[in-house]
Amino acid sequence: MKIHEYQAKELLRGYGVTTPRGIACFSVEDATKAAEELGGPVWVVKAQIHAGGRGKGGGVKVAKSLEEVRDWSSKILGMQLKTHQTGPEGQKVRRLLIEEGADIGKELYVGIVVDRATQRVTVMASSEGGMDIEEVAAKAPERIHKVSIDPAAGLTDAEASDLARKIGIPESSLNQGAAMLQALYRAFVETDASLAEINPLIVTGDGNVIALDAKMNFDESALFRHPEIIELRDFDEEDPLEIEASKHDLSYISLDGNIGCLVNGAGLAMATMDTIKLFGGEPANFLDVGGGATKEKVTEAFKLMLRNPNLKAILVNIFGGIMRCDIIAAGVVEAAKQVQLGVPLVVRMKGTNEDIGRQILSESGLPIISADNMADAAQRVVAATKGKN
Amino acid sequence: MSILIDKHTRVMTQGITGKTGQFHTRACREYANGAECFVAGVHPKKAGQDFEGIPIFASVRDAREATGANVSVIYVPPAGAAAAIWEAAEAELDLVICITEGIPVRDMIEVRDKMHRHNSKTVLLGPNCPGVITPDEIKIGIMPGHIHRKGSVGVVSRSGTLTYEAVAQLTELGLGQSTAVGIGGDPVNGLKHIDVLKMFNDDPATEAVVMIGEIGGTDEETAALWAKDNMSKPVVGFIAGVTAPPGKRMGHAGAIISGGKGTAEEKLAVMEECGISVTRDPSQMGKLLQTVLK
Repeated sequence: MKIHEYQAKELLRGYGVTTPRGIACFSVEDATKAAEELGGPVWVVKAQIHAGGRGKGGGVKVAKSLEEVRDWSSKILGMQLKTHQTGPEGQKVRRLLIEEGADIGKELYVGIVVDRATQRVTVMASSEGGMDIEEVAAKAPERIHKVSIDPAAGLTDAEASDLARKIGIPESSLNQGAAMLQALYRAFVETDASLAEINPLIVTGDGNVIALDAKMNFDESALFRHPEIIELRDFDEEDPLEIEASKHDLSYISLDGNIGCLVNGAGLAMATMDTIKLFGGEPANFLDVGGGATKEKVTEAFKLMLRNPNLKAILVNIFGGIMRCDIIAAGVVEAAKQVQLGVPLVVRMKGTNEDIGRQILSESGLPIISADNMADAAQRVVAATKGKN
Repeated sequence: MSILIDKHTRVMTQGITGKTGQFHTRACREYANGAECFVAGVHPKKAGQDFEGIPIFASVRDAREATGANVSVIYVPPAGAAAAIWEAAEAELDLVICITEGIPVRDMIEVRDKMHRHNSKTVLLGPNCPGVITPDEIKIGIMPGHIHRKGSVGVVSRSGTLTYEAVAQLTELGLGQSTAVGIGGDPVNGLKHIDVLKMFNDDPATEAVVMIGEIGGTDEETAALWAKDNMSKPVVGFIAGVTAPPGKRMGHAGAIISGGKGTAEEKLAVMEECGISVTRDPSQMGKLLQTVLK
């Protein structure tokens, strides 16, 4: 789960991370008031959307007067902000963060993630802050310093000071920098974060170490013990179809193609998408109905896929293990009747009771195209999108 | 022969009193030698009771001492699953198979670390995995037993239904399996592809291996590089997620730590370089294996 920059900063302040003073706003009126309250001479007007790359997209502006705060706020609030992470349509800006300006001396980078290779948390830091860190990783990997953290000890004083020194925090600010890294690590662990990133972390002209930006994602499996983080969820930032899917315990991700896929199991769902692509089609979605797919779940899954205006055909691929194919077939027939399916439907079923399942489909009177295996199913569904059955 | 488990394995179920634990314990008992193999259940408050004749003990240690069970399977809900793994490790079981899906990553990091610090000999499979089956001998987990057939092909995979797909293709071609292992899709887990490949390499009953992976991480590459220099048996592979959009599951910083690695194309390329035959068509996994057996 993702949260906004202003929410991440508030959370991090609770752990002792220093950030600029700032106020989150939902209107131009509030933004101007916030600037007045913070006091001037310089403010930063920052668009709050979940995607990164906001500055390049025109969503972060420096204002040198209250008029400029008003101007920028009215321009940014409500805009469709396009960044490399939003997709071509962009993301509507509904919230702003008004912050006091900072005197940037140095721009550094800190990121914390779980490293699957070491099965530990890794703290990464670099002297090259403020820019795309993936670019740094590609061009100058030696400038990214990594520490693999012993979970029992945490980020130790020695490790933190060493890392702070390596990324160029001056000696006079070293203690402050090290404490900041430790606070960030503690926040990461205690909130069950999956990502914490400060880019840039700055050293000001007078030697203060400040988190100028903040990004945090959280492990969805651990949200049950963090009601305070669940409250920060902003549904406006999420795909409405994905929100609807999660209500029905379906795992759904919208894609750009026109062939809807309904599959049980994440690996098989990805493999089904791959097969469609292999035979010249483009999947419209990833959809895993899970191991315990019921008739109701299948019906909801059909409804979700049909809300996509680009949809030209649907491929159902089920491997019946514990879940029997006849149950799924009955669900598909019921769902197809309920939702008044207007696109061709290809079904491939394998496993327990597949014969009975196929019989149910063929006796339903519905124009269902039956397929023997995944390749056959993919070829048929791709043909169907091109009007050939 | 087989790897990890056979008909002599004695199993206890942690979480035997929950709906999932009961359903699958019943199914496992009905498969092959299951009735002799599944000998105990664990529940801290239900010691002395039984589940359809399987005695329930208060702790893993009690169950081990009373029945000699050296393997456990875990269906405990996510919040308590990591503690259940640790309990099995502390009781020095040989193998613990964690089926539970949705365990917080932090809990897994902590329990894996504890196991390392205590030099635990307990082998962990999973979590978030279908389990392991040695056809016609024993099944521990949630896979459909009837699609399997005894034979000499080893199967290792990160996903559930995609594993069943591969197994069914093999069985249809008359190719049985020595053991099929689902290692699960979580970032922090027990056995990896490389560990299972090593076991198959040492298992006289295994002649060839199907290795199935997914996008994310570099486990498949690590296994492929090991296989290049050490594997004496043919391996075929498939990687799911060629069409998965970048950044949907992997965060920004996550892409750095693996050095920009983790795409399906990259994994397929490394596997091919290492002498593993790969297919981009998952309906061909069985046939591909057939071609390398000659």
